[in-house]
Amino acid sequence: MSLNFANNNSLSAIDTKPSGLSGGALTLLSTQTASSSASISFTSGIDSTYKEYQFHYTDIHPANDDAYFQFNMSADSGSNYNVAKTSTFFRAFHTQTGGTSALGYLTDDDLAQGTGFQRLIEYGYNDATSSSSGILYLFDPSSTTFVKHFTAQTTYRRSYSSESHASAVIHVGGYGNTTSAIDAVQFKFASGNIDAGTIKMYGVS
Amino acid sequence: MSIVKYNNNSISDITSGASLDSGNMTHIKTLTASSSSSLSFVDGSSDVVLDNTYPIYIFKIINCHPASNDISFQFQGSTDTGSSYGVTITSSHFRATHGEDGSSAALAYITGGDLAQSTSYQLLGGSIGSDADQSVSAELIVFNPSSTTFVKHFMANVQSIAHSNRSNNQYPAGYFNTTSAVDAFNFKFSSGNIDSGTIKLYGIKDS
Repeated sequence: MSLNFANNNSLSAIDTKPSGLSGGALTLLSTQTASSSASISFTSGIDSTYKEYQFHYTDIHPANDDAYFQFNMSADSGSNYNVAKTSTFFRAFHTQTGGTSALGYLTDDDLAQGTGFQRLIEYGYNDATSSSSGILYLFDPSSTTFVKHFTAQTTYRRSYSSESHASAVIHVGGYGNTTSAIDAVQFKFASGNIDAGTIKMYGVS
Repeated sequence: MSIVKYNNNSISDITSGASLDSGNMTHIKTLTASSSSSLSFVDGSSDVVLDNTYPIYIFKIINCHPASNDISFQFQGSTDTGSSYGVTITSSHFRATHGEDGSSAALAYITGGDLAQSTSYQLLGGSIGSDADQSVSAELIVFNPSSTTFVKHFMANVQSIAHSNRSNNQYPAGYFNTTSAVDAFNFKFSSGNIDSGTIKLYGIKDS
């Protein structure tokens, strides 16, 4: 057994805090920055270390207009992103002109045991100043007992046919209907590249 | 050289632990209201950081209690380090509500809580009561406020108790429609002081 020493103002060889100490709820595990990227995948670091993982996506900018940013999960380390999901999807939006606002459930954007990608936004605008930002919460992905719950909230600037721009927010909730461990997550647009943006994966302790 | 001392529950004079995970949600500043007209977080002032140090900032609003009854809690941003608060905002706003008497449970879009290219303050919570036990609490997330490329997105989850004894759970979200850096934020009630309450600012570390 090695000995741990305290020196003048630091602790050496101590790498675990006593359980009674607070702090450090979020631990950054990985950062990926898009640059005309077809997709962004997190294929390591998703395991039983944390009961909750968060993916913070900031200023995701699509190469194409009317873009659908979306994600999927993998149970085989990223070889396939096709976990069956059942989900809900609702959104609020308000146009910059103030002419239109709405709150509603979108049946086209939820999934019922679908293995395709789960949409996080709809009709994302791709002009130079528009982007999407949000947080995807993934709970207990390594469980081999339960389905894998997720929620996401995304705020973004969308296109709106008659009024050009709108502020929109999307709320997604659902589960990967598998008792296999989820060990990879991928993000991409339904068509076209992720022109720019950053996604950070955190573990929550 | 100072001597590190061990006592019952702490190790004093320890200022670093190279291998310790210090966490990625960093507390930046806590402001406490005491009959305050508003609370402001200004980059570079009073130890506040609101620049590209962090890509995401989170405000935790805890039990802000109004001096006046039936008023709204709101916020705005600044691009001139707090000299003025009036950045153009477009936003949406919806609310779930339910009375203590079981009345009028509803989920609906709130047209009075959104903005369309307006420089007015953004509503966070409305109809808040000033009874001794009434207040508003919330989490407000601001994404990349220092960007000079994109608009600045925000979203909030706001819980309050209305003057009519209702639970209001409100969800404003939108963007500051500017490519200038937003470097200060101001919180206040639509009328009267913030009698008491706390707002904490955190940054999510970039690395």
